Amino acid sequence: MVTAPATAWDVAAAVPDPELPMLTLAELGVLAEVETEGRAVTAWLTPTYSGCPAIAEMAADVDARLRAAGYPEVRVRLRLDPPWSTDRITEEGRRKLAEAGIAPPGPAGPPLLRLGPTRHRAVTCPQCGGTDTEELSRFGSTACKALWRCRDCREPFERIKEI
Amino acid sequence: MTDHHVMPGHHGAGDDHVYLTLSEAGPELDGEARWAYGTGFSDPLLGVDTTVPEGLDGADLAAYCLMLGDDALVLAQRLTEWCTRAPELEEEVALANLGLDLLGQARLLLTRAGQADGTGRGEDELAYWREEHEFRNVRLVEAPNGDFAHSVARLLLFATARKALYELLAGHPDPVLAAVAARGVLELAYHQEYATAWTLRLGDGTPYSAARMQAGLDAVWPLLDELFTPHPVELRIGADPSALREPVLRTLAAVLAEAGLTVPEARPLAFVGGRAGRDGVHTEALGPLLAEFQVVARAHPGATW
Repeated sequence: MVTAPATAWDVAAAVPDPELPMLTLAELGVLAEVETEGRAVTAWLTPTYSGCPAIAEMAADVDARLRAAGYPEVRVRLRLDPPWSTDRITEEGRRKLAEAGIAPPGPAGPPLLRLGPTRHRAVTCPQCGGTDTEELSRFGSTACKALWRCRDCREPFERIKEI
Repeated sequence: MTDHHVMPGHHGAGDDHVYLTLSEAGPELDGEARWAYGTGFSDPLLGVDTTVPEGLDGADLAAYCLMLGDDALVLAQRLTEWCTRAPELEEEVALANLGLDLLGQARLLLTRAGQADGTGRGEDELAYWREEHEFRNVRLVEAPNGDFAHSVARLLLFATARKALYELLAGHPDPVLAAVAARGVLELAYHQEYATAWTLRLGDGTPYSAARMQAGLDAVWPLLDELFTPHPVELRIGADPSALREPVLRTLAAVLAEAGLTVPEARPLAFVGGRAGRDGVHTEALGPLLAEFQVVARAHPGATW
């Protein structure tokens, strides 16, 4: 039971991401807006990738938690514009990612088409802070992650790709 | 505010197992919805304003979204065919990820098509219950995978051309199409980069890998031109794809030069009586692909799990 009144934003913002549960939807930047009209709430989510399979799960979670918090009328809507970008991950979100061993993304932007020797962005190892790191695979367990390895501590780690 | 509203799963490092988090959160969540990874995909445009803007012809918009959506859907299927067959596990994961991006684009575009034409057909109906001649994809995406180098070559061509097209469409007056394109540009940049990296690696590798990469390019090159050949629908409501021909060919030529490969001189695959993929005239490869893609949905109509 909810004892103190929580704003609808607070409730929706606290919902964990299904695939990166150390982050909330607000910290991930997926929660775009929450509008309250009387007891009715509308929450807008912006999907990360076009094919992100977690968006239905996110919508269901937000819906369920708002209802559980005492909002009887809930609508969850998608907002496709502007598109989600890794720049929307908050500072707190980046800190939590690093704490969980996932390297946070650098400034957003797709990879430039580069010919010639491959050069990657400098990525710091979230385990040991080492900077001698290399990319093992641009594509990881989810579309938003890449697989990296640290040559200092020899541990593999994931990182969020810029988009 | 107390920590009452701090949800399970915020325990920091080490406690980040997805299913554990879901089951901790269990009592607060609706039982059906918790398994939304398998269900609940009914509307990929959930709540998005889907009014067709004034001045746009709904039938044309639908036909155009179907063309782009079918391209993405069919190539998504071809890419995921690599699962369990790729040369390395990392490539399987990569190709599946690329396929997932395209599938996501296809879902949005097909859904948009079903709304804009007024029939209200959903993405599943359009994907599973149309016949081969009703598909509007270009023939490039339906060509069999061939060996890995064939698939790399095809992806290089498609991603380079589609990224250029989406850059134009990001300013389209239909807000849904514009949003799909704006998101798609960034996704396709990764696809193009992936295909380019492999083209360079194989082309600039051993004589054997270069020969196979060249053979892959030679095999798919005749299908490139169809991407630049405008269909009347594209001219009425989309972007004229013939404007892409020169910049895309320039990019491809630069990649091939760097890889030590030759730009193929193959002639474009002929149209049949002036008709090709955009008119529903396909190669013999599409039928078997659709048969496999549609078989479960057709064997169990309306089934959910």
